Amino acid sequence: MSTLRALAKAQAVTSGVAQPVATVRHIHLHERPLVLVPLALAGEANAPLAALVGAAPDEARLLVVPQPRNRSQRFAFAAELASVVLPYLDAHRGVSEAVAVDRGRDVRHRYVDAPQLLVPNPAGITFLRLLGRSTRFRRPDGDYPVHPSVPLLGRWLTFLAERAEHPGSSALLAMTDALTLHWATGQSAVEDLHLPALLGWIDPPDGLTGAEAAARAEDPSTHPPAGPATDPDFDNRRLSPAIEAYAATEDDPAARAEAYAELEALLRDQLAPTWELMWRGVGLLRGLPPGARVEGRWAGDRDAFTAHAEHVDSGGGPQPRRDGAVAAAVRLHRLERALTSYAVQRAYDDPLVMAEHRLAGEAFVGDVTLADPKRVDDGGKRPVLRPRIQLVTTEAVLVPVGATLYSPARPSQKARVVFVTPGADGKTDVVLELSGGMGRGLTAPPGSVPEVGERLCYTTLSDAYLPSGAFPAPEETPWTHGGPPGAAAASAEPPATDGDPTEEWA
Amino acid sequence: MTSSEQRLAAIRGGVPPRRHNARTIAALTGNPGCTRRAVLDGAGVDKTGLADRIGFPARFGQSRFAITRGNAFEAQVKADGGVELLRLVAERLGVEPGDRADWTDLGAADDLPDRHTRSRELLTAAVPTGPRQPAALFDHPLLSLEVAGRRVHLEPDLVAARLAGRLHVVEIKSFPVIDGQADPAKVSAAATQSAVYVLALRELLAAAGHDPELVSHDVVLICPRDFANQPVASLLDVRKQLLVLRRQLARMDRLDDLLAAVPADFTADLATDPATLTAALSRVEARYAPECLASCELAYFCRHEARGRTGAMGRPVREALGGLGTVTEVVALASGERTPEPEQAEAAALLRAAARLRADALGAPA
Repeated sequence: MSTLRALAKAQAVTSGVAQPVATVRHIHLHERPLVLVPLALAGEANAPLAALVGAAPDEARLLVVPQPRNRSQRFAFAAELASVVLPYLDAHRGVSEAVAVDRGRDVRHRYVDAPQLLVPNPAGITFLRLLGRSTRFRRPDGDYPVHPSVPLLGRWLTFLAERAEHPGSSALLAMTDALTLHWATGQSAVEDLHLPALLGWIDPPDGLTGAEAAARAEDPSTHPPAGPATDPDFDNRRLSPAIEAYAATEDDPAARAEAYAELEALLRDQLAPTWELMWRGVGLLRGLPPGARVEGRWAGDRDAFTAHAEHVDSGGGPQPRRDGAVAAAVRLHRLERALTSYAVQRAYDDPLVMAEHRLAGEAFVGDVTLADPKRVDDGGKRPVLRPRIQLVTTEAVLVPVGATLYSPARPSQKARVVFVTPGADGKTDVVLELSGGMGRGLTAPPGSVPEVGERLCYTTLSDAYLPSGAFPAPEETPWTHGGPPGAAAASAEPPATDGDPTEEWA
Repeated sequence: MTSSEQRLAAIRGGVPPRRHNARTIAALTGNPGCTRRAVLDGAGVDKTGLADRIGFPARFGQSRFAITRGNAFEAQVKADGGVELLRLVAERLGVEPGDRADWTDLGAADDLPDRHTRSRELLTAAVPTGPRQPAALFDHPLLSLEVAGRRVHLEPDLVAARLAGRLHVVEIKSFPVIDGQADPAKVSAAATQSAVYVLALRELLAAAGHDPELVSHDVVLICPRDFANQPVASLLDVRKQLLVLRRQLARMDRLDDLLAAVPADFTADLATDPATLTAALSRVEARYAPECLASCELAYFCRHEARGRTGAMGRPVREALGGLGTVTEVVALASGERTPEPEQAEAAALLRAAARLRADALGAPA
């Protein structure tokens, strides 16, 4: 935790309400995000119990599994969920745009929009990941046939859950993560996972402090947990009798309908408060202006969505249970690059995030006091334009002479540190030599070199393109990593139950 | 009765001590620096009742769905005299299961001392003597451990398996292992609980003059595989948990030292009125951390008491704030309202810089 964020938490305690830790929104927010609040049955391996799902506050659709231990009811739930999720996904496949690739020598197409799913908390993402895992290998034929939409849903949920691990992606978000990215509460990270308490801190009702609102929100009888786990007391006192009552009406259609309605009402009561909170969260996030680089990251989500849609269309198979060695290494590398770039982009977009780096000595803000935009370095083979500027700053400058700095105001320009001269008055003069971002000539176009009086931030963080690493083809997996997958499959384990429709479901 | 025991009995009031189980013993390792907890647990106080009495009820309910599923899975795994269980365990340990196994259910006898004696006799008699012995399984052995100077009986739902010359603790849990992965928090809780059993089994063997190392530090964990009820066995190395556990139990043995720091009239007798109880508790030092919420019945009370302390928001927050204790201190130093003590100078400078930067970025006057 950065000191800046910790201080914001301390200020939240004294002021009684959560404090902002961002000035812009760092996530993309869809016009119609698909909000999904799942509940699971305690003790079972990811057995769906109920869900509220919909793309607008008044479009909540309730799905219920009256006997969660029943295998066919689980798959009926998956099919019903698919009937909501798949049309939502498909609605984003109408219009595509051409994107130049390979320096303009080729074009590819990507959809101009992509789906966005919102769940209450990280456990909700895990629930979807496991639901995807348990459905994507099912088959519409064979011993335990399922509706054809079930395996398709499984593959899309798996895709979304994998996207959720990608730093900076907004395809599948947990509301608690999205909110704590922008606000600091006066409670611990564990307590922040409880959506009602978190929103209590951020947006307390009139007459209550955040701490009081959060404390109230901890009573599960008035504020049901945001799932997927249910309150044990609710399970024992209300849910269990309702499920038993339903089970006891097997031969009586009228009584069964009544018992079903009862169960439905019970579960709706548990889910509705979280549904409200989800949309309140969406509203709060919408109140923030989006960061400048959010759109670029969303384009990455659109790329991934397009690619997966094409993969599915072309008859590609479901994601494997486990990545092979090469695929895993490539994925890890991609995630690491995304993590680095996400951190830099947030700092570039948001002075409050950059402030954390300034406090850590990785950036400083200063005023330009001198500028020599016409300076040409003719010491080399041919003369090059190398303007110099001098900044004065009151912050500690910890970067060494010779280091390369960047400014969010001119991200394509490099600034080499030439002199750092601490003054007696606590101020420091920094002389920077600029290169790049000024065209090819020996005269800098207007605006490309900072002018005297400009207030600028310079940082060691670079948003430059990170080249991707080189990895062998899967069939050339080195023996240190298990060798080519074909050889491993021949020797190891019995054939995996991938795609095996008889895989048991308790 | 020693003086310490008398004091603990007085603290508890006129009731017998709460029985420990592997879960409560495992929980002791959670926050070893907390005196309040060590004293209350040492005295065997009913902390759930205590928390209720002082108005901060614990929330450790268990869903009956989870209980039913756990029992059903256990029964399924142990069915048919443990044939399937033995096969799973043997396969995971990489040994031959042999064609038959002795199955002894030690849970049958009615009263505790009898069961304990029987468990001790049978387990001692079954001490592994070599790899050629036939396999033997013992269900529901009644074990015991010394906690804070008292013998505590443990009734694990476990099977001790003698196989290939060693005894293994077999723990059956109903959380799923999906594609070889399980919930890390649940695995870690299972490992600590199993370590309690390993320790108790080792003590039992040592007391009978056998080599305690005959009990393996590799625990066999049986869980349902993927989304099915099909059991799968995994090995857990609990050496680290054993170390932590031994250290904490040794600390509980020195409860005398801890009691010296506790006021002489300290009471946790549930018959006392809540105000007195609250006042008494607040005089025994606690070390609240957000992790307590998941493991200690008294956590909500301690959290309430720790309000305004930086540690209540978690250790990373406290550390990022230069180790300062209270939030008021932090905010006063950050705004420059308070002059820092010499040892706070560094933290104060950082906080002032942070406050300036925050104000700057939020467009408010510093």
